[in-house]
Amino acid sequence: MGRYVLRRLLQMIPVFIGATLLIFLMVNVMGDPVAGLCGERACDPATAAALRREFGLDKPLWQQYLTYMAKVFTGDFGTAFNGQPVTELMATAFPVTVRLTVVAIVFEIVIGVTLGVVTGLKRGRPADTAVLLATLVVISVPTFVTGLMLQLLLGIKWHWIRPSVRYGTLDELIVPGLVLASVSLAYVTRLTRTSIAENKRSDYVRTAIAKGLPRHRVITRHLLRNSLIPVVTFIGTDIGALMGGAIVTERIFNIHGVGYQLYQGILRQNTQTVVGFVTVLVLVFLVANLLVDLLYAVLDPRIRYA
Amino acid sequence: MRGSRHVRGAAGALAMALAATGCGVIVGTSGGANGGAVLSSSWGDPQNPLEPANTNEVQGGKVLDMIFRGLKKYDPRTGRAQNWLARSIETEDSRNYTVRIKRGWTFSNGEKVTARSFVNAWNYGASLRNNQKNAYFFGYIDGYDRVHPDSGRQSAPALSGLKVVDDHTFTVRLNQKFSGFPDTLGYAAFAPLPRVFFTDHAAWVKKPVGNGPYTVESYTRGSQMYLRKWDGYPGTDKARNDGVTLMVYTDSNTAYTDLLAGNLDLVDDIPAAQLKNVEGDLGDRYINTPAGIIQTLAFPYYDKAWNRPGSAKVRTGLSMAINRRQITEMIFRGTRTPATDWTSPVLGVDGGFKAGLCGRACDYDPARAKQLIKEGGGIPGGQVKITYNADSGSHRQWVDAVCNSVNNALGNDRACVGNPVGTFADFRKQIGQHTMTGPFRAGWQMDYPLIQNFLQPLYYTGASSNDGKWSDREFDRLVDRANARTDTAEAVAGFQEAEKVVRDQMAAVPLWYQNGNAGYSDRLSHVALNPFSVPVYNEIKVG
Repeated sequence: MGRYVLRRLLQMIPVFIGATLLIFLMVNVMGDPVAGLCGERACDPATAAALRREFGLDKPLWQQYLTYMAKVFTGDFGTAFNGQPVTELMATAFPVTVRLTVVAIVFEIVIGVTLGVVTGLKRGRPADTAVLLATLVVISVPTFVTGLMLQLLLGIKWHWIRPSVRYGTLDELIVPGLVLASVSLAYVTRLTRTSIAENKRSDYVRTAIAKGLPRHRVITRHLLRNSLIPVVTFIGTDIGALMGGAIVTERIFNIHGVGYQLYQGILRQNTQTVVGFVTVLVLVFLVANLLVDLLYAVLDPRIRYA
Repeated sequence: MRGSRHVRGAAGALAMALAATGCGVIVGTSGGANGGAVLSSSWGDPQNPLEPANTNEVQGGKVLDMIFRGLKKYDPRTGRAQNWLARSIETEDSRNYTVRIKRGWTFSNGEKVTARSFVNAWNYGASLRNNQKNAYFFGYIDGYDRVHPDSGRQSAPALSGLKVVDDHTFTVRLNQKFSGFPDTLGYAAFAPLPRVFFTDHAAWVKKPVGNGPYTVESYTRGSQMYLRKWDGYPGTDKARNDGVTLMVYTDSNTAYTDLLAGNLDLVDDIPAAQLKNVEGDLGDRYINTPAGIIQTLAFPYYDKAWNRPGSAKVRTGLSMAINRRQITEMIFRGTRTPATDWTSPVLGVDGGFKAGLCGRACDYDPARAKQLIKEGGGIPGGQVKITYNADSGSHRQWVDAVCNSVNNALGNDRACVGNPVGTFADFRKQIGQHTMTGPFRAGWQMDYPLIQNFLQPLYYTGASSNDGKWSDREFDRLVDRANARTDTAEAVAGFQEAEKVVRDQMAAVPLWYQNGNAGYSDRLSHVALNPFSVPVYNEIKVG
């Protein structure tokens, strides 16, 4: 187990370097960031040159990348164009997005798995059909439509919530979290349902029932535990996707999180911000994947890592 | 049951993670809930640090407008420059100016505003080593070329044209005659700066100190700023409310939604998608007033194909093929007005705005357009490609509409196409590298309400924003002559002469004048936008 984890951690190094290099190249291909700094006019050449020097943009690309990486390892992610250190931006953006992601994941687990178990056990009944239809609707409607609809109805028409998030506290993030989770929630439901329905007919469940175990114990101990493996994979990979993919939700609900910073960084071609944030997201994704793989072993004792 | 212990462990870990993030709830600075007559207003994260000579966009400009007052102030209604901190600005030759400052003005930290506050601030703004994006504003002052050379290092520490005479007097020597110079001094870049700006710069940027009607009470970068009324403000334009909370919104649609829900008092950027609902939603709480912004199509004169003997006819033909009225009504819903000259209505007739100066060349006349383009040798390459940035505004819609209009006029479906560029920075880069092969979107927001500002930076040979590299000796001569005039009316007339050269050559196709628009809650009254499309915060009354 320990060696396995170590091996996986070592594998992360090339992935990390490759990913950051790719992002660095992509952001640079977009063009000269200094050109966009002076509004509708050209920066005067002397100031433009001075700014390029300050941000290290006058050096060849490979050298820029090396200096950047060297600095990253000392914890310095550079400075955004408004003079704010990127680490400061991260310190304000990540906690909010993490909270939002946690809310979304909790919704996925609680609602998604529950609905999945219920429908999986009652396959073909009206409840099952209704939930299936509902998930179909949720999956086919884009997130920004769901978000704007909920914002309009709950925020303006019925005054249940504030339409925008101000401080990013957990209670403010419930509706945005639900919106962010909606599509994945539908997938979790369907995944759980299929898995449960399939395993319900398996030998070990029949054995458990034949043993005379109480129904809830059969479901939670035997059926659910085995059926959750694909669901855990999905949710695990979803953590990274939710954190990076919250751009739409964050813009709609005025959440000053990672998605917003990335969006602004891309618009302003702020290499330092974009590369810094994406680098952290890549790390989150890698760690989440590792955790998922480790959870396999917990859920299914047949899986052993050496 | 080895496994189940693990499961419980995992569940416990999740619960702990939840608790950890839950505990990390930020306790917000309750700027909006200060009570009293405080209004909240939508804001965007300023692109640059909030230094006066480094702020060239409207979001940072809003703050500077509240916390600084300069030698001159532009009247929020007429745009005329009035003496503010200046007691007098005198000249005999339009080149050597003597500036006298009123007594009794201080910064909000108690420091007196003296001649040195101005001279030091201007030297800081002009100096190359401070990377100030508005440095070129000081380009008229003698010695600028040594403080801010086009290449290489600066060879002088300060502008030689600025001399402090005594605490309340300084002189300015320009490197050319420029009669409009005093009227440029209302721009934020010319604001005075307190000593603390230079001695503890980092702290100043975190919490700027100025001499305007408001003081910065708290500033959470990227999130919000609370500006409190400064009770000791010596000027006559004291704040008529207790304070303003500027709140950063991720999207103008969200701000608009918050205004409708009653969580926000003022939105000064109505999203394009809401323009058709805005009058129904807000009624008379919607303002739509002219701003000093004109949109044009510029041409690449460095490209031989657009700089032939008959090109002027082709450009005029294109201008006449655009149905401006229809586009401004259908797409912009009256937030733009068709342009009939190259300036802006906010200048007023006295300031040089002349409706109809463009004449027939800006009228929609498809038959004449077709004829002119044919006479001029046809469209270079057989197709006009209008380049624009697709990342902001509704540029795509209007460029498509302009092309549609041109195609209909010429009876050719392929005569004009839009050429989108992904980001604004990339768009600016292509312009800067002179790689355009056809007309491109050009927007101009005035720096100060002078006709000079709408012509010289854009069309003078080698001027800073002459992106198309247009050059005309006659125009240059007329501009030089107008600048040398000491009488304002004569100078304005001189610039209008020069503007006629722009018209005859159709140096750029004027499209429309842009309005500023805003909406506000029923808590507020006396809301107005100044010619720079910034709300006049100090005049707003709450309750």
